[in-house]
Amino acid sequence: MNFLTDPNLQPWLIPVGPLLAFIIITLATNRAKLTPSGDMVYGGFRPPYGNMPIPVATNWSRILSISVGMGGIIMSLLVSWSMVFRAIGDHDFGSKIFGNNIPWLATGTSMLNVGVMVDPLNATLLFMVPLAVLCIFIYSIGYMAADPRQSRFFALISLFAGAMLTLTVSDNLLFLFVGWEVMGLCSYLLIGFWFEKESAYKAAIKAFTTTRVADVIMLLGIVYLYHVTGTLNFREIMYDNNGAMLELLGNTPAILFGSFGFSAASLIGVFLIIGTIGKSAQFPLHVWLPDAMQGPTPVSAMIHAAAMVSAGIYAIIRMYPVFVGAGAFAADPHHGIFTQPLMLMALVGGFTALFAATMAVAQNDVKAVLAYSTISQLGFMMAALGIGAYVAATFHLITHAFFKALLFMASGSVIHAMEHGEHHVHEHAHGDGHGHDDHAPTHANTHEHGAHDHSEVHDAHDHDADHGHAGHAEHGHGEEHAAHDAHTFDPQDMMNMGGLRHKIPVTFYAFMIGGFSLAGFPLITAGFWSKDEILADAWLGATEGFGPHAFVFVMLAIAAFLTAFYTMRQLSLTFFGEARTEEAAHAGLGGPMNIVSQTMQLPLIILAFFAIVAGFAGVPQDFPIFGSIFSSDGSFFFHLVERSVVPLDNIAPTHPPFNIFPVLVSFAVALGGLYLGWVMYGRKPLKAGEPDPLVAILGPSLHQTLARRYYMDDLYTLVFVKPSQAVANFVNVFIDKGVIDGILHGVARVFTWLGDFIKVLNLWLIDGVSDGIPHGIYKVGGWLRGTQTGRIQQYLLAVLIVTVLIGIVLAVSSGALAAPR
Amino acid sequence: MVPLWFYLIVAAALFCIGTFGVLARRNGVAVLMSVELMLNAVNINLVAFWRYLTPEKINGMAFAAFIFVVAAAEAAVGLAIIISVYRNRRSVIPEEADTLRG
Repeated sequence: MNFLTDPNLQPWLIPVGPLLAFIIITLATNRAKLTPSGDMVYGGFRPPYGNMPIPVATNWSRILSISVGMGGIIMSLLVSWSMVFRAIGDHDFGSKIFGNNIPWLATGTSMLNVGVMVDPLNATLLFMVPLAVLCIFIYSIGYMAADPRQSRFFALISLFAGAMLTLTVSDNLLFLFVGWEVMGLCSYLLIGFWFEKESAYKAAIKAFTTTRVADVIMLLGIVYLYHVTGTLNFREIMYDNNGAMLELLGNTPAILFGSFGFSAASLIGVFLIIGTIGKSAQFPLHVWLPDAMQGPTPVSAMIHAAAMVSAGIYAIIRMYPVFVGAGAFAADPHHGIFTQPLMLMALVGGFTALFAATMAVAQNDVKAVLAYSTISQLGFMMAALGIGAYVAATFHLITHAFFKALLFMASGSVIHAMEHGEHHVHEHAHGDGHGHDDHAPTHANTHEHGAHDHSEVHDAHDHDADHGHAGHAEHGHGEEHAAHDAHTFDPQDMMNMGGLRHKIPVTFYAFMIGGFSLAGFPLITAGFWSKDEILADAWLGATEGFGPHAFVFVMLAIAAFLTAFYTMRQLSLTFFGEARTEEAAHAGLGGPMNIVSQTMQLPLIILAFFAIVAGFAGVPQDFPIFGSIFSSDGSFFFHLVERSVVPLDNIAPTHPPFNIFPVLVSFAVALGGLYLGWVMYGRKPLKAGEPDPLVAILGPSLHQTLARRYYMDDLYTLVFVKPSQAVANFVNVFIDKGVIDGILHGVARVFTWLGDFIKVLNLWLIDGVSDGIPHGIYKVGGWLRGTQTGRIQQYLLAVLIVTVLIGIVLAVSSGALAAPR
Repeated sequence: MVPLWFYLIVAAALFCIGTFGVLARRNGVAVLMSVELMLNAVNINLVAFWRYLTPEKINGMAFAAFIFVVAAAEAAVGLAIIISVYRNRRSVIPEEADTLRG
C-alpha cells in the first residue's frame, strides 16, 4: 500500500487535499475575535447589527486558512496532473485503467465496493477541475480579502472542491452520489454564504430544494440499478464482460412503465437524467441557477463552471452506455434509433439551450447574462448527448468550464471595480455636503489609498422582483444614494457601466477572450471547436433524416446565434463607449500593484490562455489547415476519450466526416450574432439614460417576459411555493395547533386533574399519617423535656426517691417489714 | 461493748446529712464534699457489719478500701469538672450549669 508510487492507489489522494484542508481550516484555523460590527459588510449588505460585537476572522486565521486551502488544492492539482500525464503517455490506457477499491457495505452475501479510478473519461475532468478550482482559489484571496468570514469561506470551498474531485475519481455510482450530495450541501452553504441578506438565504434554499427534488429521483435510479445488476461499479456495469450487464439491463422490462416499452435501462436512464436536469439546471429545474449568483462570485464560478453543473453532465457521460443500451433495448443514435433517455436528453437539451439563450438576451445584470448562458451551454451538452455525440459533449464540458470560469471571475472583477467607483462617488458626495452619517470617517480612510477596503462587495443582487432589492433597501447608504443620484445604485447593472475597457484593461481583454470563446468566435477560440463538433454531429444526423438531430441542430444553431449576440451586447454595454454613470467613470481595481488586483487578475490570465488553447486539443483531423496543424494524427481529445473501451459498437464514438455546411453555420451564427450585437450596441454605444434598443425591437411586453424569465419563477411560486405555504399554514393551524396540540393539551389536562386528585389524597391521607407521627412525637417530646431541667440536684433527688421506693418495695416483698414471726 | 445499732445510727445520720448536702447545697464543691460524707457513711456500715458479724474474714475491710480509692478518684474527677465549669462560666453552682435543660 504505497500511495506515493503505486498509480492504482494514487487516485485516492486526489480528493484528500481539499478535504483535509476543509477539516484543518474548520477545526484549527477558523478563529475569529469579537469586533464591533461598525462598517462590516457581508457581500454588499450591511446588516442592522448596530455596533454589536460580531466575530471577525483574525488576520493569522485568514493567512493560515488561505495557505491551507491553497495547499490542499495544489496537492490535488499535482496528483491529478501527474495521473493525467502518466495516463496520456501510457498506450494501454483505456483498456487498462488506474483504480483501486475497498469493500464498504456488506449486506448479506453481497458486497458493495467503493473505490477510485482514472480512466480516459475522467482524466479529462481531472485536467480541468483542479486547474479551474485553483484559479478560483487564487481569485478568492483577493475577492474575499475583507470578508468577516473569510476562513469559513475557504473551508467550505475546499469541501466543495473535495466533493467534486471525489465525484470525479469515483469508480461507482454510489460514491459519485456522495460527492454529488456533498456538493449540493456546499452549494447551499456557499450561495447562502452572506445569509444576512434575505435574497441570499432564499436563493440557497431554492437551490437546495430544487436540486433535492431531482436528487431523490436520481437516487431511485441508483437503487433500481443496484437492484437489477447487483453492482454500481462503472466498469462492471458498462465495460466488463463485453457488455453483459448492459444486455441484462436492456432485456429486463422496467418495474414502472414496462408496458410502454421501457426497459430497466431506460427507466434508470430517465431517473439519472432527471438528477442531472436538477444538478445541471436544465428546463424545467433551471430556476435555481440564476439565483445562485447570490453567493460570492468565486462560488458562482465554482458552481457554474468547475464543479456543480459539470458534475451533472459528467454523471450522464459516465453512465452513457446505459442510456444507449444493449440487447432488446439497444439504440443507435448514429443510425436514427433512439431510446427514451436519449430522446429526453435531446429534447430537454435542445429546448433549454434556446430557451435560456432568449432569457439571457434581456438581462441587464452582468452576472445574470452569464448564468443564463451557463444554462444554455449545458443545454448544448445535453442535446449533444441525446444525439450520441458524447465525445463532443465532453469536449464542450471542458472548454465551457474554462471560459465560463473566466467570464464569471472577470464579471466579479467588473463588479468589484464598479463598487470601487461607487465608493469614490460616495466620497465626493460627502465632500459636497450631502453626506451626513457616522460612517463618513471610515470611508475617508478606505479611499485614500490603493488597497481600498472592499467591504462594499456588492455581489449578486437579484433583479427579480420577487427578491427585489432587499439588500439595497436595507443598505445603510440607501438614503445617500437617493440624495446623490435619486436611485439605488446597482454595481451589477450593465446599464450603469460603459467605458470600462480603459479602467480595467486586463479584465477587459480576459472578458473579451472568454466572451468570444463563449460566442464561438471562429477558429481561434475553444468554444468554436467544441460547439462546431456538436453541430457537425447534429448535422450529420439531420442529413440522414433523423428528427432529433434536425431538432437539435436548429435549436442549437439559433441558440448559438443568440449566444454570440448577447455576448457582444454584454461586452459593449460593459466595456465600450463612455461611462454612463459617475460610478463607472471612477471604476477601478485600486491600482495595478496591490494584492487584490493581482490575485484577481492572475487567474483571468491563466484561464484566458486555456479558453483559447483548450480548443486545439479537439480539432477534427479532416478540418482544412487546422486539422493538419493540430490533429495530424487524429484529434487528440477524441482519441483520448475513445480509449475508454466500450465493448458495444452502437456506443463507440464516431467521428463525423468533415462537412462544410455545419462549419459555415458555425461561422455564420457566431459572426452574425457578434455583428448584430456590435451594430446594436457597439458601433453606437448607449448614452446615459438611453433605453436598451432591444426593448423597441422586441416590444416592451416580450422584452419584459424575457427579462422576467418567462415568469417561470412566478409560476413556480404560484404552483409550488404558495400551495406548500398554504399546506404548511393549514398544517400549522389545523394539524399542529388543532389536532396535535389538542391531543397534547387534552392529555395534559387529564394528567393535571389526576395530579390534583392525588394531591388532595396526599394532603389528607399520606400527609395526615406521616405528619401525625412526628407531630405526636414532638408533643410527647415537648412534654418530656420539662423533666430535663438541667439541674443536677433535681436529678439526684429523683434518684433518691426512686432508690427509696425500690428499697421499700424490696423490703416489703422480702417481708422484712412484716411482723416478726 | 457498744452495740452494733449505735454504729448503724451514726452511719445513717451521716448518710442523711450527706444526702441533704447533695440535694440542698448550691455550691458544687459542697455537693462534692456531701457525696464524700455519704461514701463514708457506707464505709462505717461496712466496717461495723464486718466487725460484728464476720470478724474472721477480711472482706469488709477490703470493700472499705475500695471505696476509699473510688472516692479519691471521684473527688479528683469531680473537682476537675468543677474547675472546668468555673473557667467557662465563672460559677461553681450546679444549678446555673443548665445547658442541657430540655
